[in-house]
Amino acid sequence: MKLATLVTCVALAAASSAIAQTAPTKLELPYTQFTLPNGLTVILHEDHSVPLVSTNMWYHVGSAREKPGRTGFAHLFEHLMFMGSGHVKPGEFDDWLEGAGGTNNGSTENDRTNYFINVPSNAIELALFLESDRMGYLLESMTPKTVDAQRDVVKNERRQSFENRPYGQAELLLSELLYPENHPYHWPVIGYMPDLTAASYEDVVEFNKKYYAPSNASLVVAGDINPAAARKLVEKWFGDIKPGPGPEPMTIPGVALTGVTKKTVTDKVQLPRIYLAWLTPRHFEPGDAALDMVADALAGGKNSRLYKRLVYDMQIAQDVQAYQASQQLSSYFVIQATARPGHTADELMKVIDEEIVKLQTTTPDAHETERSINTIEASFFKRMEQTGGFGGKADQLNAYYTATGDPDYFNEDLARYRAMSPSDVRAAAVKYLPRDKRVELTVVPEGAK
Amino acid sequence: MQKVILALLCLSAVVSAQAPDRTHPPQSGPPPTLKLPAIQKRSLSNRLPVWIVERHEVPVVHVNLVVLSGTGDDPQGKFGIANLTAALLTEGAGSRSALEIADAVDFLGADLVTNSTSDASAVRLNVPVARLAAALPIMADVALRPTFPAAELDRQKVERLTDVIQARDDPAAIDQLGYARVVFGTTHRYGTALMGAAKTISAFTVDDVRAFYRSAYQPGNAALIVVGDVTPDRVMTLLETNFGKWQAGAASQRQTFTAPALPSERQIYIIDKPGAPQSQVRIGWAGVPRSTPDYFPITVMNTVLGGAFSSRLNLNLREKHGYTYGAQSQFDMRLSAGPFVAAAGIQTDKTADALKEFFVELNGILQPVPAEELARAKHYVSLRYPLGFETTGDIAARLEQALVYHLPDDYFSTYVQRIEAVTAAEVQRVAQKYIVPNKFAVVIAGDRAAIEPGIRALNLGPIKIMTVDDVFGPAPAMPR
Repeated sequence: MKLATLVTCVALAAASSAIAQTAPTKLELPYTQFTLPNGLTVILHEDHSVPLVSTNMWYHVGSAREKPGRTGFAHLFEHLMFMGSGHVKPGEFDDWLEGAGGTNNGSTENDRTNYFINVPSNAIELALFLESDRMGYLLESMTPKTVDAQRDVVKNERRQSFENRPYGQAELLLSELLYPENHPYHWPVIGYMPDLTAASYEDVVEFNKKYYAPSNASLVVAGDINPAAARKLVEKWFGDIKPGPGPEPMTIPGVALTGVTKKTVTDKVQLPRIYLAWLTPRHFEPGDAALDMVADALAGGKNSRLYKRLVYDMQIAQDVQAYQASQQLSSYFVIQATARPGHTADELMKVIDEEIVKLQTTTPDAHETERSINTIEASFFKRMEQTGGFGGKADQLNAYYTATGDPDYFNEDLARYRAMSPSDVRAAAVKYLPRDKRVELTVVPEGAK
Repeated sequence: MQKVILALLCLSAVVSAQAPDRTHPPQSGPPPTLKLPAIQKRSLSNRLPVWIVERHEVPVVHVNLVVLSGTGDDPQGKFGIANLTAALLTEGAGSRSALEIADAVDFLGADLVTNSTSDASAVRLNVPVARLAAALPIMADVALRPTFPAAELDRQKVERLTDVIQARDDPAAIDQLGYARVVFGTTHRYGTALMGAAKTISAFTVDDVRAFYRSAYQPGNAALIVVGDVTPDRVMTLLETNFGKWQAGAASQRQTFTAPALPSERQIYIIDKPGAPQSQVRIGWAGVPRSTPDYFPITVMNTVLGGAFSSRLNLNLREKHGYTYGAQSQFDMRLSAGPFVAAAGIQTDKTADALKEFFVELNGILQPVPAEELARAKHYVSLRYPLGFETTGDIAARLEQALVYHLPDDYFSTYVQRIEAVTAAEVQRVAQKYIVPNKFAVVIAGDRAAIEPGIRALNLGPIKIMTVDDVFGPAPAMPR
């Protein structure tokens, strides 16, 4: 129970032309933050470039909180959040929003579930009403039938996004191979079919009470708003929602790879693919940003080491990607490449390993590292353009708040990359991409073995 | 500051004591109107048009060179040449090699993307504005002075042939192209993938690429679109330096196509994907060109049918029956009539049930649409329209549409009222004209053994079995 109200009223000096054109530019998003007596954290951000208001709610729960036998439940629950609530009949959520010119969606990850509503600014109150009603009164309209209906939809989402898609099954396997069974990242967010079948109405009630309390959420309202008026509306619609107990703290088992885990699977594909994966530092921990730089050095653009070798020069791969999947409890780093016809995953792995060794043994030249920094810096600018939706400013404010406690962490985040030197990139490759502690997942064409 | 905070806290405590009235959704005030970004239309000394919209929120800029020739202008026998030509622009230009271009662009934190779709080709630059002057000469090289090295052509060809191989593994890609092939056939350009078929891709030469480039990339056949944190005078100087000396050659004529006539009866096509857990389903026929006078009623009608989340197809197939993750419909409007399609991925054992429901909705839309549903669809389209001008990329995309389809100057400013003016009678008229359920093609990529008996029992029409080769042509032989 967290009724003690923590009111932080951070009004940053408004910086409408926050981003000057001199280098290094400072990125700033002015915001106001406060907490309601029921524990809901609220962040407001003003931007009048178009008459749009976006609400962006993060519940700090994802698939990592699922209990055994109920994998995929956090995501199934997300679907149920659109099916009506105490004062909103089934279907009305979308009817009303679309009738007001709005759009909405939600998404589930390991550690959080987010929901956005974009509306023309005249409909801000409708968005807050709907968002608050499903926070406070979801169970009043929930029935076992609703659960059944969305269970079928989610199963079809799994079929469409993974089972009926080339290499989709392998993507579901990666987390299983990286994390032990007792780790909350072991199972995929979409869940296993039998667990989706087993999910019950009672599970919904329990999950809602445990994780959907205002104190376990944060709301950003961004766009064409008057912050004082928006604050009053947030207080009006969210003020009556009862506080609930916050979730218990999680016990996270320590996790480390101790050797090479090899796995080969078949799929209905014609070209082999290799995935190499390592466990890496958590989001914003030392090493995390350096691994983004490693990923860019390996596979960002035509001159990156792996693209140039595998795809451009040798032409034995159709594609290659590398990325650091930054997460709250544990991150992982992936290199994946698809073979050209007539070539094998082993051929690709051999070259990938040669290039990793090169990066580990020879410090990159300054130009290469500066190119990565410039690319990353430009991506920060581009991220400042869209207010609502997935990845918009509202979503980013919520993400930074959740990860660091500071919604406007843009500048600090970018500074991590600006501080990188070529030897930092090499050091990260040495420390985090050991050849003897990783997952090697190979997809081979059905019938090819 | 502390006092202010306490005062706010008290206020919120007072407010929260009163529960709001939740018995009705709050009423929204009058909708905001679109503050149209001013489009400044200028031109360079070689008469290349330049459209500029200033947006100063973020220090980035888009500069798009739009060429009014696309894959729809591919000559017979050369399907894929426009798309290949666009891809090769960044593979060598001016004095730079492919790798040097990529390095220079990445070092500036820029994106420089070239591509060609049905109605236009484009070279699009997106760059922090502080680096615009450095990026424009590279863009100009790519657009005006491509070198088309033979080795890069060979590399692109292998990459494209491998793309074809990969598409043959993907049920969604198979059904999408299979549907286009059924509706438009092999000789109509819209019946073949943008990049062409394997046989044609394999045969392309540098001369083919040069010939298409010369016919399409001409200042009299192009325009520049600039959106972002720039001032027109300064950017015009930069553009004049980089694009002003581009000299005109012979202008090419656009190709247009006659829409394929509706078949005399409904036909079902099954492309076998043994073991597939879902059936990819596409239903429809050729729709309308972008120039259709029925644009606004069609947009509203399709929103009712399948253009939004709470459209009929999605509510029925997803929300009511749970057969799918989502069902939609769309008119793909191009210079000539592109496809109308109603589509979904359906769980295999519900394929026949879902087809039945598809036709319930396709027939249902021929009936008058209730006033409340019609109003909601119109509001959905019109009220969110102003929100679609948010980012520099959004605005640049809209200007490209205006340019390619010769939309009138008042198009953006009258859009909302023209949507709101659509009547129920117009919606029914266009539904009855363009939605012809008993003559539509039904193209399904799925597990034939599991789905065919159920489909046959529906008696929708004759069933034809297609192979993946019927869709893509014979599997590519890879040059080694």
